This record gives sequence, structure tokens and C-alpha cells, in this order.
Amino acid sequence: MEAMQHEDMLTQLDAAFQAGDAPDVYMERGGGELADHVEAGLTKDLTDAAAEEIELLGGTVQGWTVDDKVYALPFSVGVVGFWYNTEMFEQAGITEPPSTWEEMYDAIDQLKAAGMEPISVGAGDKWPAAHYWYQFSLRHCSEEVLTDAVQSLDFSDECFIRAGEEVEQLVAAEPFNRGFLSTPAQSGPTSASGLLATEQVAMEMQGHWEPGVMAGLTEDGEGLGDKLGWFPFPEVEGGEGDPEAQLGGGDAWGVAADAPEEAVDFVKYMLSDEVQRGFAERDMGLPTNPNVTDAVADPALAQLLEVRDSAPYVQLYFDTAFGQSVGGAMNDAIALMFAGQATPQDIVDDTQAAADAEG
Amino acid sequence: MTVLPVAPRGTTDPPAGRSARPAGARGRDWRMAAEIVAFTAPALLLFALFVVWPILRAVQFSAFDWNGFGPLVDFVGLQNYVRVLADEVFVAAVGHNLLIVVASILVQLPLGLAIALLLNRRMRGQGMLRTIIFVPYVLSEVIAGVVWFQLLQPGRGVVEGILGTVGLEGPYQGFLGTPELAMPTLIVVLTWKYVGLAVLLFLAGLQGVPHELTEAAQIDGASWWQTQWRVTIPLLGPTIRMWMFLSMIGSLQLFDMVWILTGGGPANATTTMATFLVNEGTKRQNYGIAAAASVVLFVIALVMAVLYQRFVLRRDTADADVPRGVR
Repeated sequence: MEAMQHEDMLTQLDAAFQAGDAPDVYMERGGGELADHVEAGLTKDLTDAAAEEIELLGGTVQGWTVDDKVYALPFSVGVVGFWYNTEMFEQAGITEPPSTWEEMYDAIDQLKAAGMEPISVGAGDKWPAAHYWYQFSLRHCSEEVLTDAVQSLDFSDECFIRAGEEVEQLVAAEPFNRGFLSTPAQSGPTSASGLLATEQVAMEMQGHWEPGVMAGLTEDGEGLGDKLGWFPFPEVEGGEGDPEAQLGGGDAWGVAADAPEEAVDFVKYMLSDEVQRGFAERDMGLPTNPNVTDAVADPALAQLLEVRDSAPYVQLYFDTAFGQSVGGAMNDAIALMFAGQATPQDIVDDTQAAADAEG
Repeated sequence: MTVLPVAPRGTTDPPAGRSARPAGARGRDWRMAAEIVAFTAPALLLFALFVVWPILRAVQFSAFDWNGFGPLVDFVGLQNYVRVLADEVFVAAVGHNLLIVVASILVQLPLGLAIALLLNRRMRGQGMLRTIIFVPYVLSEVIAGVVWFQLLQPGRGVVEGILGTVGLEGPYQGFLGTPELAMPTLIVVLTWKYVGLAVLLFLAGLQGVPHELTEAAQIDGASWWQTQWRVTIPLLGPTIRMWMFLSMIGSLQLFDMVWILTGGGPANATTTMATFLVNEGTKRQNYGIAAAASVVLFVIALVMAVLYQRFVLRRDTADADVPRGVR
């Protein structure tokens, strides 16, 4: 067993799969990646072997299902929202976290007027910037359009253009930290997460892992401590999407195709009340086992969990959902928009071109 | 100068020798061949395993649409090459590589020569100065990259701190985040990193310039400047041409420093062929396209290397093959 940083793990896992030397139990992110693994016959079908656990997890396993077969058991699923510094918000005179984009733009102005940098974004790593476009798409596109896009890789719906226009407008309002184009996501104290942890910016849009990342980036290992607050992505005006729907994703345990039966038993054990409760009590993630959701101690994480559980559906991060080939092209185009070098139409065109090349 | 023993003709030119030689030489030839095989086999084996085989595999991958998992089944012929060569990011990357080739030579050649000529004079602290100039080259490229990345932090880094003391403000996106400034910044860092190699090679070359020649020039009344320009630098020719070759190949394959400093961004302003292919391969899992890009990079580097050998280095290497004393 070996612990490693997220991106290192992805690279090593790819190499292990290519070499035919995959670990018996590994972390599976679902979506297009899982579909690739299934197509190449690398991962075990758990539908019957873990039927009990699958029933317990309910709809959460949807993201790890290909052709009605479940290939991995999610142990932590979270949603992306804004992490913020409650003290800085107070100082800027913001009493309530914004719930619409109109309020968000007001908050940005207030923070700027108080001499603070409102939002950090790790556009150097592209995906943190891309999450803005995903979020706006989620608010502007109906669930049917998104579900259909994942299946057919068709991005011609007008709502994707509107998402791009929203991102363009946001970038033009200059809410982001100085030098955001070369800012990394989470490596070091000058990364986007580091800037929030060291109180250089007031907020950052990130996934549920943010408190853990920030703890690792501060000397006392506390991150923002009890100054940390969370609010979901604000509503947009005239969007066709459900305002309660959330962008998210999670981590699941998959079992390699040639692994022994014990590996399956081990994965089932990892989803047991006992393990999941310990996982939750230590604030290591957001448990998927519904029997233990009350064990999450951190108030910000508990709030995030509530939003997750009341969401009509959780849309998997687009880059994971569409697979790395299409997702990578999409992220690159969105990063270009942050640099002022792509239009809303360019994002759709580049993504569509990568999707067509795949088909 | 030691005159090398002249090898029997048969070893370097077997086809011509075979028919012309008496039968008695056969046994000796056979033993000679066995020796050559025995001594070169380990090196050839390693070369085949770690150079030839990967190149062949890359060529093979480049003909398939492959996401890295499972067997190669989706044969697409030359389609990956078409996509790479039609990709404006890749075409721009080729341009960036060529720009770095030219800029490296234009900046590092005069700078390296000047430093080498200065350090070649007797002076206090000569050894220490040489070490300081050479240290960046010895430093791992990744470590140097991380250090520069921190120094160049927008708004918070040391470089902008220094600018601040004289009342200047750095660009809003920082030196590495502003598309127009990222490439010049990269070239400055590369110069810092690699000028040490040029200086070291030139200093070594200067040791081969006979003292009598410069002395004779001085006796004839040449100034220090004239001595360098008319005597020393022309005699450094082979060293300079060799360094340019190394610099050119290094610039074409440039990866580490770019990957650490900018990742090829912002807005693809510093993408090189190598960062393009790594991005296509490991980030997007388009291994076929990545392989095609790597083959294009290989061909460009090979053609430039062969042309350079043929037209620039030929005289120098011909001299090296046959020492002057023999001719």
C-alpha cells in the first residue's frame, strides 16, 4: 500500500494499467475514465458481488455504472462550491454569503473596495478555471441536455454558449488573484488554495477536499480553522438548470479484473459503517454510507454534505465525465478564455472537434 | 601530439579489402571481427533496447488511435500526423522551439565568449567566479525551475520585490502569466541556466590556443582586443561550432524548464514540441497523437543534426579523425 498525491496517482495508475500490473484495489474516478477501463477489460464487475453495498449507497453509484453494471463503490463524494474566509467577508461588510450571481458581483465589489483580492483560481492547472464553465453550464443547461451530452457528445445546445458568456463576464469583472493565469491549483503557499489558506484572498471555488489541502499548506496544519465557511455555486438568472443541482464527483474503490475474491471483500469492508464512520470522524472526506453521515464533525463540511444530499442530481466533473481526451480539449479552451483568447463559441467548437475525433 | 597507430585497412573498409587481399589475412580478419563484436555488443544491445526499440514503438503507436489502455487495434495510418501538423498549437510550438534555438545562440554565444575570455585572464577569485558561472548548469533543471517559479511569483516574488524598491511594478499577471512576456522570461532563465556550459566549453577550448600565437601577436603590437578577435576566437572555431550543435539539439528537445515554469502556457505562449506531446499523451490520453508528435520532433532534430554535421561540423570532425601529423 502506498499513499501519493492525486495527480501522481493518476499517472502511476495509467502506467500500471498499460504495463498490465495494476494494483488489486485502486481508486476509480468514474465517468469516461471508467468507461475506458471497462472497455479495455481492466476492471471487475461488482454488481452481484457487492449487491448489498450497492443498494445501501443508492443513487450515488450512478457515476460508476456502465451499461447497468456497477464497477466501483464510491467512498467519498462531494460537490464543488465556494470556500470563503468568514472574517474577511465580515470586514468587507458582507453579511450573507451570496446566493445569486447579482449578489456575488456585489460581494466582489465590496471585497475590492475593502482592498482585498476576492477570488483565487489556479488557472495555471486549467481544471480549476474550467470548473467555472462546468458550473455555469450546470445552471444554464437542463438535466436532459447534460445527460444527453455525456452520451452523444453533442454540445450544440445554446446553453453551453451562455455558460461561456457568463465566464467571459466574470473574468472581465477582474475578481481573480494577481497572476491567476500562472497560479497552480494546490501546490505550495502561493497556489490558489494556499492563497486562501494564508488569508491573501477571500474565497476560492473548489471541491470538498479543500480543507484538507489548506491544512497541508499552513504551518500550524489548521488551514483557515474556524474562519472557514462554504456556500454553493450561486444561481443564475434565466437558467434552465435546476438551481439545486450540484457539480461534484468522488472517489470509489475499483477492483482490478484479475484480482482475487479477497480484494472484493476488502472493498466491501471499506464501505462498512465502521470504516466509513472513522473516515467521517477524522474529516477525511464525505462518507457515502448513509448510516454515518451524522459523523461529519466540521460544520463547513456538514453543510456541504447537506447540499449534496438534497441535490436532485450531482453532475460529475465534465472532464471526468467526458473522458480525458474531450475533457482535456475543453479545459484547454476554457483556460484560453481566462487569458482572453477564446470566445464562448471557441470553447464549444474545440470541445466538439475533440469529441468528433474520438467518435 | 601522439600519432595514432594506423589501423589495418580491412577493419574500416572490409568490402574493398576482401577481394584484394591474400588468403593468409583471412584468419586475422575473422579474429578482428570477433573482437569488434565482443567489445561493441554490450553497447549495441543497450542502444537497441533503449534507443532503437522505443523509436520503433513510437512509430508504431503513431499509426493507431490509442488511449493507452488495451491492445492497439484502431489503425488510422497517417491520420495522427495530419492532425498534429494541422494543429495550430503544434505549429506554434515548432516556431517556439526555433525561436529558442536562435535566441539561445544569439544571446549565449557573445555572453559566453565574453565571460570565458574574461575568466581566462589571471585575476583574483578566478576559481570562485568560474564556479559561480557554472553552478546553474550543474543544478537539476527541475530544482532551478521551481526556484525561478517562486522568484517570479506575481506580486509576491523576489523579482517584483526588487523592482518595487526602484518604484517599478510587475505586470498584472506576472512575468510567467503574461502571454507576451512568458517567452522572453523563459529565455532569460534558460540563458542563466545554460551559459555556464558555453563558458566551460569555451574555457576548455581556450586552453588549446597555443600561448606562442597570442604572445607573437602581442609582440607584433596587437592590443588585447585585437589578439582576442583575430587570434583566439578564430582558433576557438571548432569548440564554438560544437557548442552550437549541443545548444541547438537541447533547444529543440526543451521540456523540463518550460513544464515547471509555465506548463506551456499561458495561452500556449511557451508550448514546445515536447510539452505538446506530453500534454497530448499523459493529460489527454491521445497516445497516438503524442507518438506522432514525437516522431515529427525526432525527424526535425535528426534532419537539423545531419545538415549541421554535413555542412558545419564536417571540417572539424575530419580534422579529428586524422590527426594533422599523419597527413
